[in-house]
Amino acid sequence: MKKSLKARNNDIANTSRQMEILSEGVFATGELPTFATKIKETNQFPLRPKKLEVLQINLGYMCNQVCSHCHVDAGPDRKEIMTLNTMKQCLEVIHKTAAHTLDLTGGAPEMNPNFRWFVEEASKAGIKDFIVRSNLTIIRANKKYHDLPEFFKKYNVHVVSSMPHWTRGKTDKQRGDGVFDKSIKALQELNAVGYGLEGSNLKLDLVYNPSGAFLPGDQQALENDFKKALKNDFDIDFHSLFAITNLPISRFLDYLIASENYEDYMISLVDAYNPAAVANVMCTNTLSVSWDGWLYDCDFNQMLNLKVASKVKHIADYNEELLQNRNIIINQHCYGCTAGSGSSCQGVVA
Amino acid sequence: MSKNYYDAADLRKFSKITEWSPELGNKFFDYYGKVFEEGALTAREKSLIALAVAHTEQCPYCIDAYTKDGLQRGITKEQMMEAIHVGAAIKSGATLVHGVQMMNKVDKLEM
Repeated sequence: MKKSLKARNNDIANTSRQMEILSEGVFATGELPTFATKIKETNQFPLRPKKLEVLQINLGYMCNQVCSHCHVDAGPDRKEIMTLNTMKQCLEVIHKTAAHTLDLTGGAPEMNPNFRWFVEEASKAGIKDFIVRSNLTIIRANKKYHDLPEFFKKYNVHVVSSMPHWTRGKTDKQRGDGVFDKSIKALQELNAVGYGLEGSNLKLDLVYNPSGAFLPGDQQALENDFKKALKNDFDIDFHSLFAITNLPISRFLDYLIASENYEDYMISLVDAYNPAAVANVMCTNTLSVSWDGWLYDCDFNQMLNLKVASKVKHIADYNEELLQNRNIIINQHCYGCTAGSGSSCQGVVA
Repeated sequence: MSKNYYDAADLRKFSKITEWSPELGNKFFDYYGKVFEEGALTAREKSLIALAVAHTEQCPYCIDAYTKDGLQRGITKEQMMEAIHVGAAIKSGATLVHGVQMMNKVDKLEM
């Protein structure tokens, strides 16, 4: 299995280096406008939060997979895991937040040793939509995870899982050898306990990321293709497909540079810029919490270590009113969320 | 001016053709956009037709554009290659069917 950029001491693992790359080249020469310049054209600068709807908590960067596009640079060698103490601080916030959605992510959030305790405690807060982003293969990775479908069902968790394609080749190329078969098995097990079935309130959604240097196509058309293929080939049902654009950071940035696709990809993002997507981009309704409790405008800013521009920067000092009164930190990677129909952890936004 | 006849960066400048003939250029792009909308054929099917024609027309811009378009639509490389074979089969068939004309001419001219 491949190692993370961090374990390989890759230059791109350094977030300052990523920020430099995103400001050099076509953006430094003026061939492409910076994101700030672009949103100024439609008077959307500075970007400001709207009503907080989603609290997204990253339980750690450890993962059983090393996906080639991962913006977290997650993998088995990543040891950053949320402690029980930070979880308790998060729970205090979960009980008082106005957000209607709680979104647990990673790495593989299930690999946090206190994951189940946290889910149980968090479920008591009565949050309307409780999401766990599961990579699917974790369910099959080890016996101790085999009962996850039942566990998710017990707490009525909304499962959101990555699936880059309905074919084995494309999926394994992006996510690792054997991932497709394990993911199919895991989806069948989720279906078996009632997830993803028509009319079921056990929500199972899939996330599609393009497996290369191109943007996602029409979300609805892709969902139709996925549904048809997964039903015909494997008798699998799911509810919705979220098409998410790969942002040019971390491992995907490394891939873009190594494959000499970086400049063309940035051109594609800028050419596809949609001002209507800016209004609903996820940083305007989301707060992202890192494994060590720091607060960010989104998961991508977290991975670039761009903490919120607010007096309140840590979950221990959480103050929703103060946090809402901030400017969102933007940079060229933000073009990834405003291309075409836009992109967010919940799919298209425009 | 580039020393090459084709420059990949020129594809991005395609819309500039309207500058020297706005009415005709805009009519073309409106028509082009309309053609590729979902209709009796899906946009996906149209993308594959475009890819096949791009190859028979040997247009490097169109090949780049519709390969990327196909990937974005989730079209597999096997499907793309089959589409190109359809184009190639018609192209070669169109060549070979003219062999009948050659045969007719030979039959007419030879004793």
